[in-house]
Amino acid sequence: MSAGQVWALARKDLLTEGRSKETLNGLLFFAALVLLIFGFALGPDPARLEQAAAGVLWVAFILTGVLGLMRAFQVERENECLEGLLLYPGDRAALYLGKLVGNVVFMLALEVAVFPCFAFFYNMPIWGALPGLFLTAALGTAGFAAVGTLFAAMTMHLRAREVMFPLLLLPFVVPVLLAAVKGTEAFLRGAGRAEAFPWLTLLGLFDLVFVTVSLFAFEWVVED
Amino acid sequence: MGQDGARSALRRGGIELEGIGKAYGAAWAVRRVDLVLGPGESLALFGPNGAGKTTLLKILATLVTPTRGSGRVAGFDLRTEQEGIRENLALLAHGTHLYEDLTVRENLEFAAAMRRRAAPLEALLTRVGLAEAAGERVRALSSGMKRRLALAKVMLAEPAILLLDEPFTNLDQAAVALLEGYVAEVLDREGSVIMATHDLARGYAACRRAAVLVSGRLIHEAPARVGGLEGLRAAYVAATGEGAG
Repeated sequence: MSAGQVWALARKDLLTEGRSKETLNGLLFFAALVLLIFGFALGPDPARLEQAAAGVLWVAFILTGVLGLMRAFQVERENECLEGLLLYPGDRAALYLGKLVGNVVFMLALEVAVFPCFAFFYNMPIWGALPGLFLTAALGTAGFAAVGTLFAAMTMHLRAREVMFPLLLLPFVVPVLLAAVKGTEAFLRGAGRAEAFPWLTLLGLFDLVFVTVSLFAFEWVVED
Repeated sequence: MGQDGARSALRRGGIELEGIGKAYGAAWAVRRVDLVLGPGESLALFGPNGAGKTTLLKILATLVTPTRGSGRVAGFDLRTEQEGIRENLALLAHGTHLYEDLTVRENLEFAAAMRRRAAPLEALLTRVGLAEAAGERVRALSSGMKRRLALAKVMLAEPAILLLDEPFTNLDQAAVALLEGYVAEVLDREGSVIMATHDLARGYAACRRAAVLVSGRLIHEAPARVGGLEGLRAAYVAATGEGAG
């Protein structure tokens, strides 16, 4: 497996996304809308908002993530680019890792932009907790994208992929989602690292397992 | 076979297929193909739509795993040494494999990075006539220019095995000459070329051997020059039962 190939593929995806900007702008707007709608539904009670905040934040991350990941392999459908990728020499695991790195960086960029909206709509003083929140977001996003990248490749040729992709993906990422919500909640409450640590450890383990399994499964998925 | 092994055996063609077949469910796209093509040899592969030409090329390119049969491409086993084959092979396919939102140069840089090659991109761009369009996004190019860029990506690979699937589509006369010149270049350095096309005249002109594939079987296989173009036309009509182009 070549690190150069992984980087070239991730860079290509980010460059393509940066050029069109349509997905990034659309998803950012969508995430802000999710936060706003949940904020209205929960009402002005600060205690209630605080209780639901971590869950709502991750609902916004996951929903935008699902849409973003579906897009990740659509670019490879145009001009049969996936076929072109499969013709390059080297381990096909590099293709998976390149796509994964591109997806994680893209999602993290989106999440960094969502945090200020979240702080504003929910009146949350998150600034002191930002390092912990970013760490949780990074670990949760890596696990989510690890499975999502695999399933996006698996469903890219399906006619009903918009339906099948979330149906397949979401049950698999429930453990990641639960651990990420709990870790985020701990940091938002100011409970500190001690309370968040078990959840972060769990997220790290999920990431390791999901990435390893997906690396092996990817070649099988992209076979004819 | 590791990367070093794949590269040490580089730059010599040769294809051997024995009883190759590919089925999708109960339908056989390629039924049984036996073929030997030596280094420096070229084969024009003719046949009606759905004959299995593209599937056969995809089998050779390791994009499709054969259901039965065995083979060696550039000296590498079709089933167990696919990385070695990909290192030595390039396919000019129906799809251009180009990223529309990247520029011409970025597409080539990406291909060079994925092939792990330090290629002379400017010389390549000049050769295919795209030096002035190097900073243009592919989306803004004409279909002919896109085909030229796809050809540049193939040239960048310096393949020992060159597979061409309907390569003359959307090419102007200058680009056709460029392609034919490149085919001759690959053959001169002991590479092997298979060209799947409906265009009998151009396939005849570019390749030294000709074959007709019908319903997944090689019906006719002979040196292209025997009997001339008219002989090839007659053989095509006899094999397929349809008019020759």
